[in-house]
Amino acid sequence: MKQGFLSKNPSVLWFLAALGFFTLCVTVLSEAAGIGLISTSFVKTLGKTLCLCLVAVAMDVVWGYCGILSLGHFAFFGIGGYAIGMWLMYARTEIIVVKSLSAAAIPPTPEEITASVGQQIFGVVGATDFPWLWAFADSLFLQLLMVVLVPGLLALVFGWLAFRSRVTGVYLSILTQAMTLALSLYLFQNDSGLRGNNGLSGLQNIPGFEQTPQALISVWFFWASALALALGYVLFAWVVSGKMGSVVRGIRDNESRVRFLGYHVETYKLFVFTLTAVASGIAGALYYPQAGIINPAEIAPIASIYLAVWVAIGGRGRLYGAVLGAALVSLLSSWFTGGGAPNIPLGFYTIQWTDWWLVLLGLSFVAVTLFFPKGIGGLFDLIVRKGDQK
Amino acid sequence: MSTLLELSGVSVSFDGFRAINNLSFQIGEPELRAIIGPNGAGKTTFMDIITGKTRPDEGRVIFGEKSVSLLKMSESQIARSGIGRKFQKPTVFEAQTVRENLAMALSNPRGPFDVLLYRKTPTGARRIEEIAAEIGLTDHLTRRSGELSHGQKQWLEIGMLLAQDPRLLLVDEPAAGMTPAEREHTTDLLKRAAATRAVVVVEHDMEFVRRLDCKVTVLNEGSVLAEGSLDHVTKNQDVIDVYLGR
Ligand SMILES: Nc1ncnc2c1ncn2[C@@H]1O[C@H](COP(=O)(O)OP(=O)(O)OP(=O)(O)O)[C@@H](O)[C@H]1O
Ligand SMILES: [Mg+2]
Repeated sequence: MKQGFLSKNPSVLWFLAALGFFTLCVTVLSEAAGIGLISTSFVKTLGKTLCLCLVAVAMDVVWGYCGILSLGHFAFFGIGGYAIGMWLMYARTEIIVVKSLSAAAIPPTPEEITASVGQQIFGVVGATDFPWLWAFADSLFLQLLMVVLVPGLLALVFGWLAFRSRVTGVYLSILTQAMTLALSLYLFQNDSGLRGNNGLSGLQNIPGFEQTPQALISVWFFWASALALALGYVLFAWVVSGKMGSVVRGIRDNESRVRFLGYHVETYKLFVFTLTAVASGIAGALYYPQAGIINPAEIAPIASIYLAVWVAIGGRGRLYGAVLGAALVSLLSSWFTGGGAPNIPLGFYTIQWTDWWLVLLGLSFVAVTLFFPKGIGGLFDLIVRKGDQK
Repeated sequence: MSTLLELSGVSVSFDGFRAINNLSFQIGEPELRAIIGPNGAGKTTFMDIITGKTRPDEGRVIFGEKSVSLLKMSESQIARSGIGRKFQKPTVFEAQTVRENLAMALSNPRGPFDVLLYRKTPTGARRIEEIAAEIGLTDHLTRRSGELSHGQKQWLEIGMLLAQDPRLLLVDEPAAGMTPAEREHTTDLLKRAAATRAVVVVEHDMEFVRRLDCKVTVLNEGSVLAEGSLDHVTKNQDVIDVYLGR
């Protein structure tokens, strides 16, 4: 089955080959391999970028193919990050606490250990007890399950309510923004149980691998991100191909016509919305251990809007477009805002890119929307067509 | 010929305006029926009610030998129970090929997982070829349907109806914008479809209706003004006053 699908979709094979080659290059040039042409922090940046590409692919499926302009998929991404972050923080703090208490004359009881871990984690928000949210934080397996289940269930319930009432277009976008805003405001509270605006930190330290250098860990996470992107890409390419793709694009172009053909449009939307939310959660769970910290600002509504901008610039309705858009814009963004781009002195005024980058991004977005509605991915059409003419 | 669809005492108002007024209507299986009437008579609204797009304020809509009410069913359920519809403005999926359009309409299971795991079958492919031949689009199967002419889009939409294999076809102004030759082909198509099914055709063009050669229902201001053969209704003074005389 997969065989036939891949041979009919050569762009998927090209993508996988390119991704494989890229992964190989980064690995060989990393500090872990000894050459060190690519610094460990840059390996992390690239690994994070791959995660952003995955969430962009998901966004492209839900928006570019199914026509649902969700401005909330970064919330699912953040939830995935929080879910894995809870385990990382709990397990690591526990190890530290056990070590420091073991020096004491009387061996500590499990209660004392838990209390001390709670003290360590929640001291910053003036609490010591574990909130109910952390009930499974000591189990990697259960928290991994949360990475999938929490975004999935949230998307399922939210989508069911919204699609069932036939909320579409701008109204749906606003509703997804409201959901995102509510979530981030909730997380900003100190008594949210997730450390308020401190967020979760120290996530780059993987419990049980204290002795492993970050150079190596960064490469592992890079590989995991590349694998997740590859699997996600193949899965979504499969979903949007064939008859499913036909129906999904039909819903985008004329949903009532699809309904009169006998398809239950709401179920399809719910399926796509939930599946992409789960993929976003997984992407987030891989992203934040590389970022090292997650806080509620990450889930701010603007993040989900950026996601839509990446996909629009990369080219809606083609998965590699989403990957290109996310990679290019997010890397450029960290270059400009991180002070990498040289400021331009105009004599009377100096263009500081940390301030002006957003203006540049906004202008590019407007330009792409007006003049290149197919985005960067549209350039491939030109190349392919030129090739055909020869 | 047994009754397939029955509407009785159906009324619907939009902001106080009665678009359908105590309408009663029956069609058997197989049967071909033409509906005529002035603009705004409620012909499209009549189809909206049957297909579940518009909910009537009162009245009953009964379908099939088990006499199920369509009023509690969703649009997609109604479509799955055997009612297909062609819209006044041709609506095909322009970004997709003719074959994809037809494949989407083929009467296969409609659940997301059925569709996700759907494999092309020789039977399905043959059915698509047959329909394409019927609607004269055999040479256009791989073309994007947005590139088709207006008339061809109308045919494609009729083809999608046939692919659904419904028991009742509702066809809203199929000949609009067609050349005389295309119109003739369209009448043949509809007459053939009506050999085994119930087909309701809304049309303004009298020549077209004459060629359909079937029972005619005249709608005016949301209710039936006259019913019978074309010759019969065109002699009716009320019909001449509100429709033909203008
Ligand atoms: N959703 C709606 N909201 C308000 N008014 C409506 C709606 N749908 C139809 N109407 C009104 O109901 C009346 C009947 O409209 P309908 O479209 O059924 O007429 P028709 O017989 O199909 O006309 P035509 O021959 O022009 O297609 C019209 O006056 C129309 O303006
Ligand atoms: Mg009409």
